[in-house]
Amino acid sequence: MIHPVNSLTRLGRGTLFLLKVLAGIPQLFVRFGLVTKQMYSVGVQTLLIILVAGLFVGMVLALQLHYTLSTFGAEDTLGLLVDLALVRELGPVVAALLFAGRAGSALTAEIGLMKATEQLSGLEMMAVDPVERIIAPRFLAGFLSLPLLAAIFSAVGILGGYMVGVDFLGVDSGAFWSQIQAKVDFYDDVMNGVIKSIVFGFIVSWIAVFEGYDCLPTSEGVASATTRTVVNSSLAVLGMDFVLTAIMFN
Amino acid sequence: MAQPLVQIRNLHFARGDKIIFDGVDMDIQAGRITAVMGPSGTGKTTLLKLIGGQLIPDQGEIIVDGQNVHRLKRADLYRLRKKMGMLFQSGALLTDLSVFENIAYPLREHTNLSDSMIRSMVLIKLQAVGLSTAHGLMPSELSGGMARRVALARALALDPMMIMYDEPFTGQDPISLGVLVKLIRDTNHALKLTSILVSHDVTETLSIADDVTIISEGKLVAHGTRDEIMHSESPWVRQFVDGEADGPVPFHYPGDSIEHQLMQEVK
Ligand SMILES: Nc1ncnc2c1ncn2[C@@H]1O[C@H](COP(=O)(O)OP(=O)(O)OP(=O)(O)O)[C@@H](O)[C@H]1O
Ligand SMILES: [Mg+2]
Repeated sequence: MIHPVNSLTRLGRGTLFLLKVLAGIPQLFVRFGLVTKQMYSVGVQTLLIILVAGLFVGMVLALQLHYTLSTFGAEDTLGLLVDLALVRELGPVVAALLFAGRAGSALTAEIGLMKATEQLSGLEMMAVDPVERIIAPRFLAGFLSLPLLAAIFSAVGILGGYMVGVDFLGVDSGAFWSQIQAKVDFYDDVMNGVIKSIVFGFIVSWIAVFEGYDCLPTSEGVASATTRTVVNSSLAVLGMDFVLTAIMFN
Repeated sequence: MAQPLVQIRNLHFARGDKIIFDGVDMDIQAGRITAVMGPSGTGKTTLLKLIGGQLIPDQGEIIVDGQNVHRLKRADLYRLRKKMGMLFQSGALLTDLSVFENIAYPLREHTNLSDSMIRSMVLIKLQAVGLSTAHGLMPSELSGGMARRVALARALALDPMMIMYDEPFTGQDPISLGVLVKLIRDTNHALKLTSILVSHDVTETLSIADDVTIISEGKLVAHGTRDEIMHSESPWVRQFVDGEADGPVPFHYPGDSIEHQLMQEVK
């Protein structure tokens, strides 16, 4: 039921809303406690799945790559390939998808419920701007958390790759690390991955808070807004990933 | 009579195609309890949100304490809102804060009081609504009636000049209902507040209201003191006050008649 005019007006509303949220961010430096509290709850929600998923993705990568590399006798480059795949691509993207599914949906549901139970109106009538006090800290917390989570994902993934590659498949431990050290470029590889996760953190947090704030204030409204957050932000992450990769590595 | 605290002039408001207010004029006198009654869905909650400046009228103006609510700059609107308390239909307590923190919230936001001052003020407000022992509870641990009393304590925290109650009586057992009725009357008189009370519980409302306004289908149907309304001859008013199902105020949502719809089914 995608209607072009409706989508455009939604995009317009979303952009105006984003500007209001951004205008509320400077205020947060004096109330940084509001942000750390939200980062803590995002961390509690997502850290475990990021650790588990990162470990498995790293282990699978090592298995798959080792199979192909061994046909060329190039097992020594296993560490390098696992590392590049994680840092450039899988770390930012998979962490963002997990983040959208766990923290993004929870964020939409929380804000939507606060709207449906008139808590946001209640704040307004107490002369407190809900965008400043409720939305902006959650947006900023999501935006700051994702790069950290993506870094953790990549680090754990590399350890998973090491476990499978070195401990089980017999790749030389020194070669595993020295290839990484020699060939991974800090700016081209690591920083580009970090930039990706910053962009994804921005997009997912924006979609999540907007869907929550804009939802119909009923139970069905909150439920469908939550679904929209997961679907739209996952698609947006994958689409942006292509655009960013095309720009960065060309 | 002194200048009314709230003046509503020629108010028009529509949601999409549905006209909710079609030229309403109304005065709310300072220091009195004014009841706003009307069938479900006529826009009573909407009226309170318009007075509070959360919704913007399509036409007409609302003047509160000499200020045109919808012409104010944001900072001035917020200053005015600190003087207006509102009790929402659901209570609207912040679910992640305790009862104590909920009442302390407006104080922490808008004053520089020390923690010990805030603590005393919160406890005094809680005492006033008869819940001084409940300060450690979370909103999810409160009954509906208790939640409304906590919300009243929160609305009173900044010592407002007026309070708007949205359906404070619905879903209450007879005892908490009695408590709430008494509480609304006593706070109004003790603190010299102005109260706007939206409700369709005719008996309870008429027992405490000084003035009564009845709205239906976007128009003001009747307005007067309690005695005028209770002895009114108007069929509109009689229907509402005596609680008859059908009369000049239609009970059915406007639309095709049931006979007509049934006939179409046959064809
Ligand atoms: N957010 C909204 N979007 C669209 N229409 C709405 C919205 N809120 C209320 N309405 C419509 O506005 C009309 C008035 O609603 P309002 O909540 O003011 O009624 P009410 O008099 O308070 O009713 P009740 O006694 O049931 O609380 C209703 O017909 C409702 O369908
Ligand atoms: Mg209502």
